[in-house]
Amino acid sequence: MALHKRSTLRRILIVDLPMLVILTFTLGPYLWMLITSISQESTLFTEGPSIWNATIENYTRLFATVGFAGNMLDSLIVALGTVAVGLSLSVTAAYAFSRFNFRGKRFLMVQFLLINMFPLVLLILPLFVLMRVLGLLDTHIALIIANSTVAIPFSVWMMVSYMNGIPRSLDEAAMTDGCTRMQALRRVILPLCMPGIIATGIYIFITSWNEYLYALTLGGRNVRTITVAVQTLIGEYEVQWGLLTAGGIVGALPATVLFLLVQKRLISGLTQGAVKG
Amino acid sequence: MTKAEAPDRLHRRPLSRIVLPYAMLSPAVLVTLAIVFFPMVQAVWMSLHDYVLFRPNAFDFVGLKNFRAALNDEVFWISLRHTVIWMAATIPAQLLLGLVTALLLNQPFPWRPLARALIIIPWALPSVVIALMWVWIYDSNYGIANELLLRVGLIQRAIPWLANPDTALAAIILTLTWQGFPFFAVMILAGLQSIPRSYYEAASIDGASPWRQFWHITLPGVSGVIVTAVLLRTIWVANSFDVIFVMTGGGPGYATHTLPLYAFIKARTNLDFGYGSAIATLFTLMLMVIVLLYLRRTGKAVQ
Repeated sequence: MALHKRSTLRRILIVDLPMLVILTFTLGPYLWMLITSISQESTLFTEGPSIWNATIENYTRLFATVGFAGNMLDSLIVALGTVAVGLSLSVTAAYAFSRFNFRGKRFLMVQFLLINMFPLVLLILPLFVLMRVLGLLDTHIALIIANSTVAIPFSVWMMVSYMNGIPRSLDEAAMTDGCTRMQALRRVILPLCMPGIIATGIYIFITSWNEYLYALTLGGRNVRTITVAVQTLIGEYEVQWGLLTAGGIVGALPATVLFLLVQKRLISGLTQGAVKG
Repeated sequence: MTKAEAPDRLHRRPLSRIVLPYAMLSPAVLVTLAIVFFPMVQAVWMSLHDYVLFRPNAFDFVGLKNFRAALNDEVFWISLRHTVIWMAATIPAQLLLGLVTALLLNQPFPWRPLARALIIIPWALPSVVIALMWVWIYDSNYGIANELLLRVGLIQRAIPWLANPDTALAAIILTLTWQGFPFFAVMILAGLQSIPRSYYEAASIDGASPWRQFWHITLPGVSGVIVTAVLLRTIWVANSFDVIFVMTGGGPGYATHTLPLYAFIKARTNLDFGYGSAIATLFTLMLMVIVLLYLRRTGKAVQ
């Protein structure tokens, strides 16, 4: 009994406490922002942020006067559009990588990995020129295309890792039963990797929702996503930290909630390749 | 099936099997060609020209002039130095903190699932929000960083962390460490969980100390994951400059300029796309060399 107590104390000292310190470091900034956002602007600089006299005044102001609803709609359109493009292009590609051996397979796989390595700044400038020539600057389409540069290679990789987890014998069985390749893909494989598709889609949604540099460079006036709107607040309302932090919370909320919902599946998808390979 | 059809089918099937994978791949490949590779070639092409936006008619081929100018540009070297410092500090810090977190999360304790879910929050936040949050934390008058340090007595006077050229880069490195360590924690945790428990049992029967177990079982067990994670993070850290851009815009002076940021600022504020592309191209080449060297060294080490 005494031994058991000692080991519990030991555990608290060497595991629970350090973990708590790290979690404080991890969540502290976020909580500090949250508390600031529900503090009254008028007392913020005299008494500092506090949870007593909490108010949603900053949030109502954000939507009433700054027009955050429109920014959220822009972000939503861009993010959903990118998800649609990313998923629709990558599913068949991932199936081909997962199920066939063909000439150039390795090269093409590596190509999709390499794309992730190219600095965004190298792509921003030519994409800006391209969008200007096409007359697409400041449209949702421009941002969807730009975000797809990241989304497509990423979702090809994620989908390949999910599809590799589904036994080949299943497609073969379907084809023995008279399905064509495409029917086997549609009727058997797609339903089975639906969880993977959803996780990949959500991850694309999160990254597009959070994306800032493309949104700033290729949009910003008519199409102003939430990240650009938050950044603009910093410039326009120099010292209104209540309003700013409320903007930060609203901008971060959708992605954070989605991330927490799918984190398990997402992380297993992301780490699978790394751990096995 | 008649006899005449049989050889025909046999012949046709391999052909369709050859074509099908390419047909399925072509949409993704063609689109990436159009939106990634074509622009990239265009960027390199632009870097060989005098190309200042809104002077669209003056697109003169100047060869390597922009590159020569970059190598003679003092700000280029300042930015390069900051890039080296920034990456050399951020990635090891993220790795170390991530490793410690993963080791803790691998121990059994009652609220482990909760801790594991909460630890990844920084990963999900938009970089603009992260930047905004930390600007508020570092605020010279009302920021919590100064308040805490003043209370503990570590500093005597409030420090304007981001406005002071001596502390700005360090302040940003801390922010980026905070943003990126959960990724390492999660990756390494997955690696830890793939190490068979029996290894540790055997080692403790042989009387190996926890430290020796860590050194001879844990570290080799996660080295593959660490190599991959470091590689991915290096590329991501190198390529992301949005947090810095929002926090300081590269300032004060050039104190937080990094190469990708400098390329972006050159193009965005000076509208000098030729020069901006040249810096971006140089930076990409350097990154490639580092990645190749890293892969060559660690590839051998891991095997």
